[in-house]
Amino acid sequence: MHYEAIVIGVSSGGMNVLKIISAALPIDFKIPIIIVQHVGAHSDSKWIQLLNEKSNLLIKEADEKEKIEKGTMYIAAPNYHLLIEKDKTFSLSIDERVNFARPSIDVLFESAAEAYREKLIGIVLTGSNNDGTKGIIRIKECGGLTIIQDPKTAESPYMPKSAIDGIEADYILSLEDIVELLIKIDNQNNNFNKLYK
Amino acid sequence: MQYKDTSDLEISLLLEAIYRKHGYDFRQYSQAHIRRRIMNRMAISGFEDVSQMQSKVLNDEIFASELLQDLSITVTEMFRDPAFYRSLREKVIPILKTYPFIKIWHAGCATGEEAYSMAIVLQEEGLYDRTTIYATDFNQLALNQAKDGIFSNKMIKEYTTNYQLSGGKESFSSYYTSSYDNVIMNQSLKKNIVWANHNLVTDSVFAEVNLILCRNVLIYFDKNLQNKVQSLFFNSLINGGVLCLGSKESLRFSDLYEKYMELDTKQRIFKKKY
Repeated sequence: MHYEAIVIGVSSGGMNVLKIISAALPIDFKIPIIIVQHVGAHSDSKWIQLLNEKSNLLIKEADEKEKIEKGTMYIAAPNYHLLIEKDKTFSLSIDERVNFARPSIDVLFESAAEAYREKLIGIVLTGSNNDGTKGIIRIKECGGLTIIQDPKTAESPYMPKSAIDGIEADYILSLEDIVELLIKIDNQNNNFNKLYK
Repeated sequence: MQYKDTSDLEISLLLEAIYRKHGYDFRQYSQAHIRRRIMNRMAISGFEDVSQMQSKVLNDEIFASELLQDLSITVTEMFRDPAFYRSLREKVIPILKTYPFIKIWHAGCATGEEAYSMAIVLQEEGLYDRTTIYATDFNQLALNQAKDGIFSNKMIKEYTTNYQLSGGKESFSSYYTSSYDNVIMNQSLKKNIVWANHNLVTDSVFAEVNLILCRNVLIYFDKNLQNKVQSLFFNSLINGGVLCLGSKESLRFSDLYEKYMELDTKQRIFKKKY
């Protein structure tokens, strides 16, 4: 399978895991990564700059109508939902909070599942609410690959547990193993490209 | 909620039906948003598929108006983005002070929270008596609610914080009276607000104004429609007039970008060049 995007949902405990992921991915990592991290409505984006400084990849806030590019990590803006259009651009919305959250993981995941179908990887990480469960179910229904952080290894196990209750995930792994798996998948992607070009 | 697979064609046929039958045009809205809203309504109302919904839209006025409410954006807050209102006070109010009469257009005002916020700022800056605020939306139910000026008190704590962060000069509670679970905005704030039905997608230039606020409306439109509405705004502003967009909305990709200067890049405040 040739994967075109990775979506990640993460809540409490997220700053630490995002630091680890963004620092661990190599400079030639291609698959774009789109992240909802629950933050307060008035949060500034300094933490994104800090992540960016320590990462091989470009990390930025997802802009309205922006085209999704390879080798980039996009983070949802505070107080807006982030959606993906079928032409692989971003839309923002100020609709009601979903699961008490804006941005909501479900909103991103469900729109991403429609846009990428089986070419999507969905990942639910640490968090203390059930946002992301409906979304990861939808990703599975559309044929995407589903990965959930092993709750035993998560700072807040509730969110990954809720996701595990929702679907039979393809992988339940520690964060380190998730990173390793993503790198392996990205390499396979690149070989796939060479093969079929 | 479990979604059924629904094709883009089914959704675009439904939008066509809404437009042809009721005159409301969502065909150039962002598709991901529209799809989400339609799927939600389908689940709530228990339809098997979108074509069932389409026949209901054509034959059932009450259902059609419910769906219109679903598709219109009514989420808003008082003093949403306090930093924007601080910038408004610092950078836009001094410009407004140079005019003997001031006309302001709040495009897509929904239930009116931002228009009331503006009225409060103008009152505190001593400009309200010479100002008319035209607050427009295509959603008549939302407009009626705006006109009443009655809001749930659940949000008041957040609004009060927003107001204080925005550089408010009074006690926020002096602008409303409490009644059971609601607050009623002061009559003095309402007197120069004209609430009017106007559709940005299908209607034309509304008035010639000094200031336009249209925040978090354009994010719901596709690029073509954004450009169309941007030229509507451009044609409605006097030279030197000011345009305020939402904090994630940009003019940069619009054909009109060159015809404005940026008063505050981060808060998306633009001034039309002379």
